[in-house]
Amino acid sequence: MAIDKIVAQMPKSLSKIEFSYCPGCHHGIVHRIVAEVIDELGIASKTIMVAPVGCSVFAYNFFDLDGTVAAHGRAPAVATGMKRALPDRVIFTYQGDGDLASIGTAEIVHAANRGENITTIFINNAVYGMTGGQMAPTTLLGQKTTTSPYGRDAKANGYPIRMSEMLATLDGSAYIERTMVTTPQNVIKTKAAVKKAFQVQLKGLGFSMIEVLSTCPTNWGMTPIESMKWLEDNMTKTFPLGVFVDRTKGLI
Amino acid sequence: MIKSIIIAGFGGQGVMLMGKIIAEAAMFEGLNVTWLPSYGPEMRGGTANCTVVIGDEPIGSPVVDFPDVVIAMNIPSMMKFEEVLKKDGTMLINSSVIDREPSRKDIKVSKIDANKIADTIGNSKVLNMVTLGAFAKITGLIKIEAIGKALEETFASKNKKLVDLNLQAVEHGMKSVTD
Amino acid sequence: MKMLMKGTEAIAEAAIRAGCRLYFGYPITPQSELTEYMAKRMPEVKGTFLQSESEVATVNMLYGAACTGRKVMTSTSSPGFSLMQEGISYMAGAELPAIFINVMRGGPGLGDIQPSQSDYFQSTKGGGHGDYRMIVLAPHTLQEATNMMKEAFDLAFKYRMLVTILVDGMIGQMMEPVELPEWTKPEEFEEPNWALTGANGRKPRKVTSFDLDPYELEKMNLRYQETYKKVSQNEVKYEEFKIEDAEITVVAYGTMARIVKTVIDYARKSGIKVGLFRPITLWPFPYERLSEISKNVKNILTVEMSYGQMVEDVKLAVEEKSDVHFYGRSAGVVPTPAEILDAIKKIVR
Ligand SMILES: Cc1ncc(C[n+]2csc(CCOP(=O)(O)OP(=O)(O)O)c2C)c(N)n1
Ligand code: SF4
Ligand SMILES: [Mg+2]
Repeated sequence: MAIDKIVAQMPKSLSKIEFSYCPGCHHGIVHRIVAEVIDELGIASKTIMVAPVGCSVFAYNFFDLDGTVAAHGRAPAVATGMKRALPDRVIFTYQGDGDLASIGTAEIVHAANRGENITTIFINNAVYGMTGGQMAPTTLLGQKTTTSPYGRDAKANGYPIRMSEMLATLDGSAYIERTMVTTPQNVIKTKAAVKKAFQVQLKGLGFSMIEVLSTCPTNWGMTPIESMKWLEDNMTKTFPLGVFVDRTKGLI
Repeated sequence: MIKSIIIAGFGGQGVMLMGKIIAEAAMFEGLNVTWLPSYGPEMRGGTANCTVVIGDEPIGSPVVDFPDVVIAMNIPSMMKFEEVLKKDGTMLINSSVIDREPSRKDIKVSKIDANKIADTIGNSKVLNMVTLGAFAKITGLIKIEAIGKALEETFASKNKKLVDLNLQAVEHGMKSVTD
Repeated sequence: MKMLMKGTEAIAEAAIRAGCRLYFGYPITPQSELTEYMAKRMPEVKGTFLQSESEVATVNMLYGAACTGRKVMTSTSSPGFSLMQEGISYMAGAELPAIFINVMRGGPGLGDIQPSQSDYFQSTKGGGHGDYRMIVLAPHTLQEATNMMKEAFDLAFKYRMLVTILVDGMIGQMMEPVELPEWTKPEEFEEPNWALTGANGRKPRKVTSFDLDPYELEKMNLRYQETYKKVSQNEVKYEEFKIEDAEITVVAYGTMARIVKTVIDYARKSGIKVGLFRPITLWPFPYERLSEISKNVKNILTVEMSYGQMVEDVKLAVEEKSDVHFYGRSAGVVPTPAEILDAIKKIVR
């Protein structure tokens, strides 16, 4: 039901440009959620977005907001620069797992550690979507990708990295939650989480991030339905849903 | 002799593979070849094309302004590449999808009912090989033996049955093309 | 036997056959197939493939692996090559041998992923800090690129220098029949006498790129310069194609040069005598030979997939001896034979 409703009415914060995402890709659903939250909080006129390099590189155009595209992985640094220049604006980054958890780990860790008052929407789809399905740091053990053709092996490639848990250990992180958008109920939960993350920023409480487990049917080689099931059955085991840090008690 | 071919269509029509098999067959004929794909956002838009150059002398440019042959698998491709096709060049169109004629009168037009023939063979995916057969027939550039070898090279490691199925499609295409 | 192969894959296989067993890389279009090929192939030959977390890490993994005196390589495309520049400067200073494949795409910034020759300056003039050079090879066919891999490793070890194979997205993505080179076994390769392998009784060795005493650092720099001079004297390579009777000589490298070869056919059919001078080593650039050629031809046209980078070296070589013209398209737009022919006609008519 919720998905239908989201599809039916276009949030004002989305532009008229049609999404270029593959069928069954969750990037589009998360875009709509973020745009709805921005609409509901009435902050569109003061929000600036930083898009990543990844499939959502085009997000700067899909949102009807001021926006830029950072170099691969550097969005949190770019967002930091913006926030320091214009502290009363709302600044958010939108990043994939290759972008945030691989090439951009230094930037996200230090943005969170500084308690940088920005919000990050983190799309974890366990692969590099844009470049054709290579292994990401979030790729599950045993998962086959174009650069782990024999399945991800912990000895050679290490373990799937849990960014939300890791960033939650930093004192600057005010709110971090992991969600998914496979069902209408999950969509509602994700929307509440995203809203809270932006409220954290509006209150000046520090760094906030929502990690959304997402599908990449194209590079997983699955149908949209199969990929939703694979996400629920496999990804949630390595990446449990939940709130990992919440320093907002009584403040929001 | 240098001959250039542009093959264009929707993403799922197997145009890249068609080009590769043409190039590989030509290589087995002892000719020089280049195969150049379109890649990136062009592909996301849902259309794909590749350029194949075949020659008995070394091939300079893999980029072609004015191709000798255009294989158009859908209407946008036909309209796009009709403009640049050489005078007296050959336009091979997939008449299952393209329900109209090219507007130029100074070119040769051949048609192949590729989807329909593929369906009669029992596998809609082989429409590209049906078309390839038509191409081989009308241009005479590659023979069935070389095509067979190229199919072997591409599919044998995966599945021997695929070689036969695709070869059968090529043969149907050779028989069914209309000049 | 010839095989129809993609450029990225042919280069990867040739590197393995040249004895490379250590590959570090990070995916980026239009060269990810090279990384993917290595992911599949290295385990088969008991080599190491490692996907790094970024190109910054890649180049430093290369630094570490090169310190051990092994044959190491990476591949990337323009934005990734930019990120590697810091490490490249360090490696050059430490006189480490390694191979970089840069499959160039349109820039600057994120640019696009279509073929381009936008990194000529970055590769040949030193994209990182300090007075250093790297050898830059520019093949124009897949066969040439394949043959070059062994030569690249040989040069790297002979001079203790970095070697970049500079190609564009077209060479990366296209297919052509290639005859793969013979195998060089890693065992046939002698460990260099500077490699860090654990002192184990011998005098400890050091590999660094620094000395805080300027006079000592100057000595190191003079040594690098001495090497660069030797390379410039001994390793310059180029191809001349129909220049004997040419009224106009085109200077182009890589993909651009092969497109020009087709243009030359067209032009000669319409009565314009065009020749091609193709630098194969972009550094060291064939200044001397081009200077000689320019004495006998009135017009020189440089064609690039950029808005004019190599043309600066062409001008340095030619001085005032002939007129230097330029034609180029950038951002991933490839000049077509017809366009180049037009540019030639404008000059000679
Ligand atoms: C410096 C640099 N290295 C590599 C790339 C190539 N690249 C583009 S997107 C991408 C990964 C995208 O994956 P992810 O962040 O997971 O986003 P997704 O597409 O999966 O949403 C890479 C490696 C680049 N653009 N810049
Ligand atoms: S490649 Fe994957 S992440 Fe990218 S748009 Fe398609 S489904 Fe989404
Ligand atoms: Mg991803």
